[in-house]
Amino acid sequence: MQQPGSKKAILALADGTVVHGYAIGHIGTMGGELCFNTSMTGYQEVFTDPSYFGQIMIMTYPHIGNYGVSARDDEARSVMISGLIVRSFSHYYSNTMADGDLDQYLKRNKIVGITGIDTRKLVRHIREQGVLNAIISSNNSDADILVKQAQEWPAMEGLELATRVSRREPQTFKPDDHQQFFQPKAFKFDDPADASSREELPPVRYKVAAIDYGIKQNIINSLIRRGCMLRIFPSQTDFETIMEWQPDGFFFSNGPGDPNPMDFAVETITKARKTGKPMFGICLGHQLMAMTEGVRVIKMFVGHRGANQPVKNLERGRVEITTQNHGFAIDPDSLTPEIAEITHVNLNDGTLEGLNFKRFNGFSVQYHPEASPGPHDSSYLFDEFIERIKAYKKQNGEAV
Amino acid sequence: MPKRTDINTILLIGSGPIVIGQACEFDYSGTQACRALREEGYRIVLINSNPATIMTDPIMADAIYLKPLTTQSIKEIVEIEKPDAVLPTMGGQTALNLARNLNQEGYWEEMGIEIIGVDIDAIDITEDRQQFRNLMEEIGIDQCRSRIAKSLLDAKEITQELGGLPLVIRPSFTLGGTGGGIIWNEDEFERKVLRGLELSPIHEILLEESIFGWKEFELELLRDSNNNVVIICSIENFDPMGVHTGDSVTVAPTQTLTDKQYQMLRDAAIKMMRSIGTFAGGCNVQFGMEPGTDRIVAIEINPRVSRSSALASKATGYPIAKIASKLAVGYNLDELENQITKTTSACFEPSLDYVVVKVPRFNFEKFPGADEELTTQMKAVGEVMSIGRTFPEALNKAWQSLEIGRSGLGADGYDEIDREEVRKRLLKAYWDRSLQVRNAYKLGTSTEEIHDITKIDPWFLEQIRYLVTLENRTEGQALHTISETDLRELKQAGFSDRQIAWLLSQSDIENIKEDQVREKRLSMGIKAVFKMVDTCAGEFPASTPYYYSCYDDENESVVTDRKKVMILGSGPNRIGQGIEFDYSCVHAVLAAKEMGYETIMVNCNPETVSTDFDVADKLYFEPVFWEHVFNIIELEKPEGVILQVGGQTALKLAKQLAENNIHIFGTPFEMMDLAEDRGKFSETLLRLGIPFPSYGMAFTAKEAAEIARRITYPVLLRPSYVLGGQGMCIAVKESELDSHVRTLLRTHPENEFLIDHFLEDAIEVDFDSVYDGDQLHICGIMQHLEPAGVHSGDSTAVLPPYSLNDRVIETMKEYQLKIAKALNVRGFINVQYAVQGSEVFVIEANPRATRTIPFVAKATGRPEADIGVKVILGAKLSEFDLSSKLKHYAIKEPVFPFDKFPEVKKELGPEMKSTGETIYFLENFEDEHFRKPFEFKNLYLSR
Repeated sequence: MQQPGSKKAILALADGTVVHGYAIGHIGTMGGELCFNTSMTGYQEVFTDPSYFGQIMIMTYPHIGNYGVSARDDEARSVMISGLIVRSFSHYYSNTMADGDLDQYLKRNKIVGITGIDTRKLVRHIREQGVLNAIISSNNSDADILVKQAQEWPAMEGLELATRVSRREPQTFKPDDHQQFFQPKAFKFDDPADASSREELPPVRYKVAAIDYGIKQNIINSLIRRGCMLRIFPSQTDFETIMEWQPDGFFFSNGPGDPNPMDFAVETITKARKTGKPMFGICLGHQLMAMTEGVRVIKMFVGHRGANQPVKNLERGRVEITTQNHGFAIDPDSLTPEIAEITHVNLNDGTLEGLNFKRFNGFSVQYHPEASPGPHDSSYLFDEFIERIKAYKKQNGEAV
Repeated sequence: MPKRTDINTILLIGSGPIVIGQACEFDYSGTQACRALREEGYRIVLINSNPATIMTDPIMADAIYLKPLTTQSIKEIVEIEKPDAVLPTMGGQTALNLARNLNQEGYWEEMGIEIIGVDIDAIDITEDRQQFRNLMEEIGIDQCRSRIAKSLLDAKEITQELGGLPLVIRPSFTLGGTGGGIIWNEDEFERKVLRGLELSPIHEILLEESIFGWKEFELELLRDSNNNVVIICSIENFDPMGVHTGDSVTVAPTQTLTDKQYQMLRDAAIKMMRSIGTFAGGCNVQFGMEPGTDRIVAIEINPRVSRSSALASKATGYPIAKIASKLAVGYNLDELENQITKTTSACFEPSLDYVVVKVPRFNFEKFPGADEELTTQMKAVGEVMSIGRTFPEALNKAWQSLEIGRSGLGADGYDEIDREEVRKRLLKAYWDRSLQVRNAYKLGTSTEEIHDITKIDPWFLEQIRYLVTLENRTEGQALHTISETDLRELKQAGFSDRQIAWLLSQSDIENIKEDQVREKRLSMGIKAVFKMVDTCAGEFPASTPYYYSCYDDENESVVTDRKKVMILGSGPNRIGQGIEFDYSCVHAVLAAKEMGYETIMVNCNPETVSTDFDVADKLYFEPVFWEHVFNIIELEKPEGVILQVGGQTALKLAKQLAENNIHIFGTPFEMMDLAEDRGKFSETLLRLGIPFPSYGMAFTAKEAAEIARRITYPVLLRPSYVLGGQGMCIAVKESELDSHVRTLLRTHPENEFLIDHFLEDAIEVDFDSVYDGDQLHICGIMQHLEPAGVHSGDSTAVLPPYSLNDRVIETMKEYQLKIAKALNVRGFINVQYAVQGSEVFVIEANPRATRTIPFVAKATGRPEADIGVKVILGAKLSEFDLSSKLKHYAIKEPVFPFDKFPEVKKELGPEMKSTGETIYFLENFEDEHFRKPFEFKNLYLSR
């Protein structure tokens, strides 16, 4: 649906494909790696997921913007994608929880977008050709120049981006400070009319050091909700600085880009391993943990991005519908049984989704148990992390 | 867990005759179950009394019992077949209730038969309002406040407690919400409460806090015995709470929920499903959401496949009934493959990159005096589903699918917009609500006001406003100047060429024609492309050829070089045209495949088997509307089209196909037209020396009166080109005729009327046959019990005739052959006769498969539809075994929806009113299935 007098925009792909559409969001020119997400709800969470930093997002669901935006749906302090491609942008929104419309939000965050595009065609194109770079422009109509810019745009492979999205300063999260991040308690039966009632949070019992490679807000919330105090450290923080805080466990977050150039992170994790304290990694964190064992991480032909990926938990025999967002993956050929046990696999393509490391106290998953957007099937992993911390503390005679 | 090997024979219970609330979606689920289980090597025993179903075809199960759906029949079958297990979740509420009754008797246990696919105790919980409430309370799921009443006094007290009216009333254990509704005021309180108490088999009603106007959502779930649960589809209702979901316009996936809100529904639905027993199978959960808050309340949970799961299967491409059947025999979700991609897992949640809209189809015009307001009791007789890239596109396509003569959501010249009328029709829910919203916008009403009145979510309203904006823009434009951008936007918004033609005619001196718009847009390169329904939004390659059209860039439908035939379906179910045509369509596909054709199916009815994506070689889920059909033909270039199995819907397109030089297989267009044209047909009969009732054609009341005087009363009056006797009536005197004509002039403007002399006390006969140019195959001759004047679809019919003498039968055979020859029939030909004494009159001829073909096929054990279609494609009757297996008599008994329209008197006449039928095999005429209708045969005949 176009606004009367909508401004035109162009999408130019590195392979020379040029598509015309209408401008949304910020008027300008922006490039990035083209990727798509198949979630039917949760666009705002997707846009603010730091793992998408530097990527141009194609939303496969045609109507985007329907329910507006809301502060409670942000996964980071700003929009992380570099550009947005949709089939049918909704300027009008309807949701009582919304505090604004998506177009204004994109403008505020200087995100260039394009609508009125056959997004399905693009998805099929990427599926066949593999990922490639693109440029969206709403202020330059010279397609040839834009294609050239797309071709010159730096490739994601070999690109270290985590530092770009990581916090600059450490930050501590305690439950009481962050009440606003929690959802109303939806099914409180005794007082259904009181939808605004907040869930009660447990007292703080555990100190978790989270290394921020692009951590999502709902990971923070998920840990706080389970009685953790979190100190979030910038990605390049010295291990010694982290230890000064005396954490009970380590969390290695999700994040954008290629893990291969991230020697600093591998070094930190290697040091953390030696403490014997429980370690939990998600997505990029999972890859980095594996890399401390010399496991290879490779670029996928087409990544997994959506909220409907089936993952089988081999220990429980149960299937979880998961949120995923990764363009790199562990090369299973480089993994031996001595390094780690495979705990989770993807039912669609058999790719590796979870590891329980044998030579140190850590486990990790490739997918996103914090969901947001997506199903909550895997939130038990946070409980398992807490259990490990508990067990470790008990073992070492500490109070739990 | 792999499939179970401790069971061999499975009893499947069907849903019986089509009634409002339980239609051919259960043939779809039952058929899928049969196929899925036989694929696994199980022996399937099936009971269903509905002869029009595909599931009761010999190809579908190992043993089929066309018997009344009673516990008695089931016991008889169990004696013979000794099943190891019973699957009662595929046959709607009917099957579940039977299984439940037998369970209460302890029958299943006694016989050592295991109930699979459902937990019977779970049904009891979900059906019993109070138990359900308690359970929800236990697991912490919010609900609307309510109480059970067993008497009028109870009801009064409860009303006080809940804070007064309005309240919702729901009788326990009734089908399709019978007796349910909203009690608005004191006046109707007593009447509605008493009726509810009466209708409930346990004489209980639930009174509930009114959540009228809240947003309504539905989720379709699947669970395996390992407790893995996936959500197959989320559905948001356009109509807010207060309208039965079967009567609501619904949209998939949800449009106005944030992820947090959606996940709240998902979590709650999973929690609910896991709380009701440990069965493996499908389940449907409905929620209401209070606008302005995140408060969601559970409305109900149905632990079986349902109408919604049929819709969800078609909407997502995920075959719920098929997978549910496999889960019922022990498989886990992760052991099954995605049936569409064939490479990924069945244990996943489909992602849509399109919008699906379902619009229900009603038949109020057949029940004068019926309360047309939509309530919590279902009144729709069928539905259409449409797929578009956007909601506006899908909504327009749905209106093109409805078969009510409209070319989209308005903008086609049929709306006279009156402010008062629009307001009146928006204040309460009526079937044409979305159109009235459009009309309100045409009047300049604001979104706020429409929302205020209707409570429809403003996002949906704004989408309709957008359509009106485009209408208004286009009205001022001209065909020769309209820009490519504007025209493309119209097409992307789902406007048909016919709507655009009408809009462009608004400020043009000339009337623009549909074809001119088509030509114009094709010259600009604006043409329909086809996208695949692939369950995964394009993430993985899919091989299943299931398509919908849109006006995006890329076409994904790859045309093969095989010879192809296109089969046109019959659109939404409605009275007069229902499941019988789906039956014939499925056979047409199978028969054409056998004859080496690639089959292309076109239909828009989500309840059908023919739109299952693995029936035809290619499925186009599209309106059976000229423009869409033509678009597909232009791409696929089939050798020809089969029209004879899609009822009147398909036949209506014959003219345009012929005009565009598209081959029609079987009987040529001119001859089909001749049979439909009363004047030409009568001339033919005259030439052949075949008697017919004297008749005349009129355009005005005056002409009608003159003709009636000439042909003598009583007369039968009807508009020409109608289906199921719509608008037909009998008049015995001039004053009656006059008032009927006036009504018809209003309801069927620009139509001519036929006035036939009505043959009193005549016996009516339905004669189905197939003609190949040389030989006439008599499928069946059915004698009606009721006198001529009762529509053939409403009659109790006996095959073969029970009281006609040989001479009469020979005469009919002779006429039938003469007519088939004269009409140059290739394929089906049905003729209806009236027999008065020894005289035989022809009433009408239908050059297509009729409603009775499946009944005859089931009765004779001959694949009549298959034979007919093969003859259409050029086969000779001599190639077939035409022997009948019918030993005695088969009787077809109609089923009526009068219980849904308590304000309408039960009267039968020339206008068809039944929704379905059952088959029963008679050995003699002492049987009460014959005696009863015979005794009452004259009772309900009205004029």
